[in-house]
Order: sequence, then structure tokens, then C-alpha cells
Amino acid sequence: MQVHKYDVVIVGAGGAGMRAAIESGQRARTAVLTKLYPTRSHTGAAQGGMCAALANVEEDNWEWHTFDTIKGGDYLVDQDAAEVMAKEAIDAVLDLEKMGLPFNRTPEGRIDQRRFGGHTRDHGKAPVRRACYAADRTGHMILQTLYQNCVKHNVEFYNEYYVLDLLIVDEDAVREDGTPYKQKRVAGVVSYDLASGELHVFQAKSVVFASGGAGKVFKTTSNAHTLTGDGMGIAFRRGIPLEDMEFFQFHPTGLAGLGILLTEGARGEGAILRNSEGERFMERYAPTIKDLAPRDIVARAMANEVREGRGCGPNKDYVLLDLTHLEPAHIEAKLPDITEFARTYLGVEPFTDPVPVFPTAHYAMGGIPTNITTEVLQDNDTIVPGLYAAGEVACVSVHGSNRLGTNSLLDINVFGKRAGIAAAEYSKTADFVELPEDPEAMTRGILDGLLSGNGTERVAQIRKELQDTMDANMQVFRTKESLEQVLRDIASFEERYKHVTVQDKGKRFNLDLLEAVELGFLLDMAKVMTVGALHREESRGGHYREDFPDRDDEKFMKHSMAYLDNSVTAASSAESVAGIRLETKPVIFTRYEPMERKY
Amino acid sequence: MTTEMAEPASKIELPASVAGDGEIPTFHITLRVRRYDPEISEEARWDDYKLTMYGTDRVLDALHKVKWEIDGSVSFRRSCAHGVCGSDAMRINGRNRLACKTLLKDLDTSKPITVEPIKGLPVEKDLIVDMEPFFQSFREVMPFLINKGHEPTKERLQSVEDRERFDDTTKCILCAACTSSCPVFWTDGQYFGPAAIVNAHRFIFDSRDDAGDMRLEILNDKEGVWRCRTTFNCSEACPRGIQVTKAIAEVKQAILARKI
Repeated sequence: MQVHKYDVVIVGAGGAGMRAAIESGQRARTAVLTKLYPTRSHTGAAQGGMCAALANVEEDNWEWHTFDTIKGGDYLVDQDAAEVMAKEAIDAVLDLEKMGLPFNRTPEGRIDQRRFGGHTRDHGKAPVRRACYAADRTGHMILQTLYQNCVKHNVEFYNEYYVLDLLIVDEDAVREDGTPYKQKRVAGVVSYDLASGELHVFQAKSVVFASGGAGKVFKTTSNAHTLTGDGMGIAFRRGIPLEDMEFFQFHPTGLAGLGILLTEGARGEGAILRNSEGERFMERYAPTIKDLAPRDIVARAMANEVREGRGCGPNKDYVLLDLTHLEPAHIEAKLPDITEFARTYLGVEPFTDPVPVFPTAHYAMGGIPTNITTEVLQDNDTIVPGLYAAGEVACVSVHGSNRLGTNSLLDINVFGKRAGIAAAEYSKTADFVELPEDPEAMTRGILDGLLSGNGTERVAQIRKELQDTMDANMQVFRTKESLEQVLRDIASFEERYKHVTVQDKGKRFNLDLLEAVELGFLLDMAKVMTVGALHREESRGGHYREDFPDRDDEKFMKHSMAYLDNSVTAASSAESVAGIRLETKPVIFTRYEPMERKY
Repeated sequence: MTTEMAEPASKIELPASVAGDGEIPTFHITLRVRRYDPEISEEARWDDYKLTMYGTDRVLDALHKVKWEIDGSVSFRRSCAHGVCGSDAMRINGRNRLACKTLLKDLDTSKPITVEPIKGLPVEKDLIVDMEPFFQSFREVMPFLINKGHEPTKERLQSVEDRERFDDTTKCILCAACTSSCPVFWTDGQYFGPAAIVNAHRFIFDSRDDAGDMRLEILNDKEGVWRCRTTFNCSEACPRGIQVTKAIAEVKQAILARKI
């Protein structure tokens, strides 16, 4: 067994992981583990911008940004976290500029800003120019800049080390009121070195999860192949709850059929969505800010246009993103990449022809619950000392039931930085937790089980069927029947998953094995999402139940918390499925009363 | 396995004005993949796979079809699948490209389509190479902003023109398509290679940076820019359209102008 010892181990090397590493690496002995290379992380695919109330081009302030974030999340946002994010956004952008990020500039040489969905002046009066950007490559520039600064600070990376387990020890403890409970403590992680096929145990005082999302549970998605919910799945399997997993964002403008992202910044620069009649249909759904309404509203409107027969193309199954009225030079300067995507992948010339688009699965609002210091919660009130999470894998919760565009690049920078500082500071005062006996046991069991299986089921076939049912039944529109169908399907997939075969039996770069492991996480995450969606009998933000079309604050103004619980059998609960227990957690309010959400 | 399993890249039917008759054409290809797994044999070999693909499919879709339906041991890196993460640079019909950005219909499908690992880096397995020497060269050019002045409380100012000066080289995704297309790099693994020079260029010409002279000195080394023979392979290979050879030439000129 190969054991490494670090003060801080960071799992994931995207924006949140590397932002954390820059802080932690200067304070404590830090290792960053990633199943890719850092520059392959999906932060690099983000396009449009990162909002901060710099007020460089028009009046703005962070309180308006806070309000927009809370309203955008349909009031399921923890308001203390939203305040932190909007306030620290300004320094987060300035930090990146000082690290070298090449933002677009105003004629005065300041960081330029543009409009984005749901970001408004004075509590919804009109769109505001708040998104700092670098053409339509803002995520690329953030990822590169953070990697460059990790190189500068000699951050230690373990590339292509796939973390498969979180080592947690349960200790007997007593609450202030005298009730006994199990306090979780983090001892480290287990990782699989893709190059050699060897397991490596990393003992650490602090562990930061920054491993990104789970978009590959869906077929049509803007997410990378590698975004398979590993971090969420690992934590869940070790008894950490997952918060608000039923809320998944569908980005309105994915390239039709492909799901490749076309930034909302296109609409920020003036592009318009049209149906088969050429109508600017968003005028009907959001009269004030139209095409710049938040993503859940636009995505639903698009799906509704298609459903009511006003879709475009031979099969009437998409709508059009129209940039043809914009100056080609303006498009070329502000949106060079997305226009190239349209040309390369669909053969459409955006200067002269509108681009076919349809909603694409984009972002998990839910994840591992944390407080504003990024400390992971093992229940509503109890933190796990030394365990942190930031970015898409986490739920702090700044996005509530629907994330505003640009707020994810902001989230990774603000809370990534907080996580790096907190993890390093904690490691200075803490001792190592003793590793459990045979720390690799669970991981070895999973890998050996998959390698020795001689069934006839293929990973790709099960994954495809999972993605098909999720697209058909768990997408923009949901009903009790559609969700129950998904759960029945998942139950059969889980049975078949026991009989999958991995053809590659080697140790070297066994990516066949890796895909089989990933499928296990995808099945777990799809199930947690769907159980949450079935339980939430209301419509809020990204979660829309056709059988419960209204928001129901009385019953559901609260976070959902899903726990792995093998004592739950299918028969013991009408709303849960075997192995998952659902509880709730109060939403934190500071100064904003819930109002009806109109744009 | 007889069922059609792998989804085509896009099943969307476009209007006739864009896509001709609107029907998605399917066609047959032979994908010829360079295989190497030292756990099995020290010898590399070619494996042929006959596949039915759709008109909008990419080389990556063909590789996935092989891996998911025929032979799970075929190994290659990939992640974003739309040309921004830089994982899947490979040699396709003898040219360096990203598999996720190369549409099959743009290749000659009457002949086998050959797919090999990029050249000049040690092959680990099939299409996977050891990227460490590549990233080592990148790290050696000090690819990060160095500013010796006082930190302003707000952002550093930069004019639109100054920002534009180095825009082209900020697009690099470190896929190694350029470096591994360079004949000098093939014969001399010590050469920094185009990608490292591109990333040095990105800072040398950034008005906010104060360490241009140090980088120019590094690149004035015998393994630096002077090894470039201006064959333009790198510019042709770059999936981001960076004018790599031009960037190298600008670095050469800067060294001469500053007379280091």
C-alpha cells in the first residue's frame, strides 16, 4: 500500500480546486489530485463571463447582485451565502486580473462588462452590465490563469489520479444537550493512478472536494464526458448528505442535437430567440427583460414553443438563436468561439443564418452541503472537521433552485479561495486522523468486482439507456408518472450493472474500467436527483412539476437533504426509494422576503 | 452486440437551406487505429474497424463507437468533446488534429482513416502519450504574469490595443498538436517547442508584464526559438487557429531588437 501524507489534499483541479490550491499551497503542504490534467477541466468550457458589481460601465452595487441571485434562485438561496458571494465578487475579479487574466477592456482601459440573464439594475428594473469577460472564453482564461499561478507557486499536482473513496472515521460524541451522536472525521482519500493501475492512499488533515458536476446523467448536455458526479457520489456513499439535488439547470442555448454550449452572452450582446413563426417569443414569457430572463424561464419557454408546434426545422424540434442583425465585426470580437462551434458542428453560418438551439443539461445547483466557510455538513448543523467542498460539487447554497449565468465562475473563485484558506488554517491546528484499518478495502472491492465480472451487460449500453430516460422524463418538464418511470428504470439498470463486463483487464490506463466505475456514480446521482424531484411537489426555479405548477412556500420553502440509508426499503416510504432517506433543512433568510418571481 | 448503440454526434435535422435534403446521411468507414500496449506486446500494430457513421459525426464519435461496442481496451484521452479542453489531439490521416473537432465527412472516407498518437512524446498505450515533457517545457518559460510594480487597489489599466496585442496566443489550450507536429521537436526532444513559445509570447507582449527580458533570455537558449525552421506545421496543426509560426517569429525579432 502506497501512503502519502499531506496537510491538505484537494480533489479536482478545475477552477475551484486550483483557486483553493493557490491559497492552500502558500500556507500548508498541499497536493491536488485530478482524474484529468488541470487544463482539461470543464471550467475551461465556460464562456460568457463572471459577474461582479464593479460598476465600470454603469451604476451597480453588490446589494443588487445579491438580490438578483436570490430572486434568480427562486428564494431557495441561503441569503448569507449570496451576500458573501456578491460582496467578495469584486475582489475575486480583481484577484484574477492581478494574476494576469486578460479581460476585455473599456476604452478607458478598465475591465469591460456586459449584460447577462437575470442580472438587473435596482431590483429588476432593467438589465445591467455586470459580467466581466474575455470574449466568449472567460472560463478558458480563468482556468489557464489559475493553472499559470499554480505553476508560479509550485503547486504539487497528481495528474490522472482518480479519487474513488473518502476515508471517514465515525467517533462517538455527545451534543450540548446530552444526546449522543456519531461525529465524522476525515482521514484522507484513496485514489487510483490511471497510468499504473495502482491504488494510492493520501492521508490528510484537510480534504477539499472540488470535483465538479454530474451532467452526464443526461444525454443532451454541455458537460464533458468526465463529469460523472464522482465527488458527490463518494461523499454520499460515506454518509454525507446531498442537498437540493433535484435542481438541475438546463441551459437554453445548446447547439440543437449536440448540447454544445452557446453562451448566454450572445443574448447579452443582442441575439434574439425566435420560433418557427419568426416571433420573438420571450416577449410573452418575460415582458421586461425578454431574452435575458433567467435560464430556467427561457429553457421552459423554448420547450413549450416546441411542444405547442412552433419549433423549427423538418421535425419542429428546436428554436432559433438569431444573431443575423448584429454587426459581423461585433460578433467576431465578442463571440468568436460560439460562432465557430455553429460552423464546425452544424455547418451553419451565424452571420447570415440563425442557429438551431435547444436546452442542454448544464449545471447541478445541488451538491455536498457546506456553510459559508465551505465546511461540509454531516447533517443540518454538524460540520465534519477538516472536510471542505467548493464549486459545482458543493451546495453552499448560492444558487438555490436556479443559478444565474456567470455565478458559477464567481462561485468557484469566491468559495474556492475560502476553501483553500480554511483547509490550510485548519491543518495548522489539527492532528492527522488515524487511517482506518485496510483503507483501500472498499475501493479494491469495487475495482476487483468490476474486473472479475463476466456478465454480458455493457457499460455504454446501460449509460445510454440511463441518459435516454433522464432526457425523456427528468428534463425541463416533470410529472409524478415520468419520475416514477425513471426510478423503475434505474432499479433495472442497477440490477444490470451488477453484471457488466469490463473488456480491458490490464493495469495501464484502463479507461474501460474507469467508465464502469463512473457509471456507478451516475446511477447513484440520477437516483438521488429523481427521488428529490418526486418528493418536491411544487414548481420552483429549475424544477418544474406539471402536476404541481406553482411554488408552494408553505410546504417546500426548504432545502432537501438526501442521505444514504440502507434501512429504508421501498415499502417503508411512499416517496423514497430503497436506500435513500430524505430530510429537509431550513433556508437562511437575512433581508429579502420571498416574492412572486416575475421578469 | 447487434443493436445500434452509440448515438451519432447529432441526430438533428437541419433545414434544407443548410443541410441539403434534410435527411441525415449515413456512411461506412474503416477506422485504422494504431494499437500499443506494452502489457501485452512491445510491438505496435494496426487494428481496422468497419463502422457505420452519421454525416455529422466526428472522429471522436467513431473512436467511442469502437470502444463502447467493439473493443473496450482501445484507449484514448478525451473530455469536453468540443475542442476546448485539448485532451484528444491525435494524428489523423497523418495530420495533427483534435478528434472531437474533425468531422468524418471532411475526410476521405473511401480509404481507411488512420488514427495514431501524436509524435515526439513517449507512447504509453494506444493513442495516449506521456505529456510530462510537454508540460515541463511549458513550465520553463515562466508562463505567468510577473509585475514588479505596486499592486493597485483596483485593476491594472490596459488599453484595448494593448490587450489585442497578445490576444491570439491567449487562445492556447495546451493540446500539444503544434509541438508534436514540429520536425525539430521530433528529432530533438530538448527543443522547447511551439506551444511553450506561444505561452511565453502571451506574457512577453502583455503590457502588464515586467519579465519579458527574462523570458527572451530563456528562449535565446540553444534549445529556444532559433531551432525553429519555419516549416509552418505548427500553425496548420493548431485547432484554435493561433498563428503559431508568426508568434515565434515575433519572439525572434524581440530577442534581436533587445540585443540580449
